[in-house]
Amino acid sequence: MSISLTDPQAHGGHDAHPSLQHHFDTLEQQKEASTLGMWLFLVTEIMFFGGLFTTYVVYRSKYSTAFVAASHTLDWKLGAFNTAVLILSSLTMALAIWAAQVNRRKQVVAFLIATMILGLTFLGVKAVEYKDKFEHHHVPGASFEWHEGGHAEAAPAQADFAKHVQLFFSLYFIMTGLHAVHMICGIGVLAFLLMPSWKGRYNSAYHNPLECTGLYWHFVDIVWIFLFPLLYLLGAHAK
Amino acid sequence: MSEHVTSRAVYFAVFAALLVLTAATVIVANFDLGWANDAVALGIAVTKALLVLWFFMHLRYSTRVTVLTALAGFFWLAILISLTLNDYLTRETLFPYWGK
Repeated sequence: MSISLTDPQAHGGHDAHPSLQHHFDTLEQQKEASTLGMWLFLVTEIMFFGGLFTTYVVYRSKYSTAFVAASHTLDWKLGAFNTAVLILSSLTMALAIWAAQVNRRKQVVAFLIATMILGLTFLGVKAVEYKDKFEHHHVPGASFEWHEGGHAEAAPAQADFAKHVQLFFSLYFIMTGLHAVHMICGIGVLAFLLMPSWKGRYNSAYHNPLECTGLYWHFVDIVWIFLFPLLYLLGAHAK
Repeated sequence: MSEHVTSRAVYFAVFAALLVLTAATVIVANFDLGWANDAVALGIAVTKALLVLWFFMHLRYSTRVTVLTALAGFFWLAILISLTLNDYLTRETLFPYWGK
C-alpha cells in the first residue's frame, strides 16, 4: 500500500499476517467472508442441479415403468463402488484441511494428491460405464436402440416406451455428465493448491483456499449421493 | 485463530457412517417394497447429505449467517420441486379433459 488513510497498526501494519489482505481487519473476518462467498456460489449450484433433479422427478412420475426398465441396464455395483470412492475422497479432503489446521505441511500435500487420485478413479469408472452405454446403443439420438423391455405392449405403445427410455438416458447423461464436469474442475483446482501447500502457505492461521475447495468438493459428493439411488438403484430389484 | 479443529476420529466416524448408509441403501434397493423403496432411498440420501454438510463442510462450527445461506439454498430447491409437482401431479385430477 502506497497510501494509508488509516493508522497502519489498526490494520495490522508491518505485524500483519502475510496472508491477510488489506481490505480485511482480521484473519477471522477474511475467513468468514470467503466461506460465506463460497456458500453463495454453492447455493447457485444447488439451483443449477436442482432444475435437473426437478425434471427427473416430473418425468419419473409420468413414465415410471420405462424409467425402472432403463435404470435396470445400469450396473449398480459400479455405481456403489464410485459412491464409496467419492465418500473416501471427501474424507481425504477433510483430512487435508485438518492437516493444515495442525501445521502438517507434507500431509496436506499427501491428502490433496490422494483426493485427486480418487477423483480420477471415479472418472475412470464413469468412462467405462459411458463406453458400455455407447456399445449397447443406449445413448439418446439417431442410433438409439432398445431391446430390453416393454415388448408386451402393442407396436405404437412400444415406440412410446422406447422414447420414454430415451428420456431417462438423456437425464442420465446430462446429470452424470454435469457432475463429471464438476469433478474435473475440482481436480483442476486441487492441482493449483499443490504447490502453495508444498511451500507451506496453508497452516493453522490461514487455509481459506483449502476450506473453500473442500466445500466445493463435498458439495459435488452430495450431488452424487442423490444421483446414485435415483439413477442406479431405481431399477435394482427389477427383473 | 479461534477456529474449531475437528478431530480425525470424528471424520473417520462420519466416513464409516456414510459407508454403512450406502450399503443399507443398496441392500434395500434389491427388494421390491413398492413406494417404500423411494422413501428409504431418499431418507438415506438426505441423512448422508446432512452428515456431509454438518461435519465435512463444517456447518457445525459455521456462523449463523453461513448456516442460513446454506439452508436458503435447500429451501429454494424445495420450492422449485414442490411448486412444479403441484402443477404436474394435479393436472389430470383437476383438468381431466385437457390433452384428450
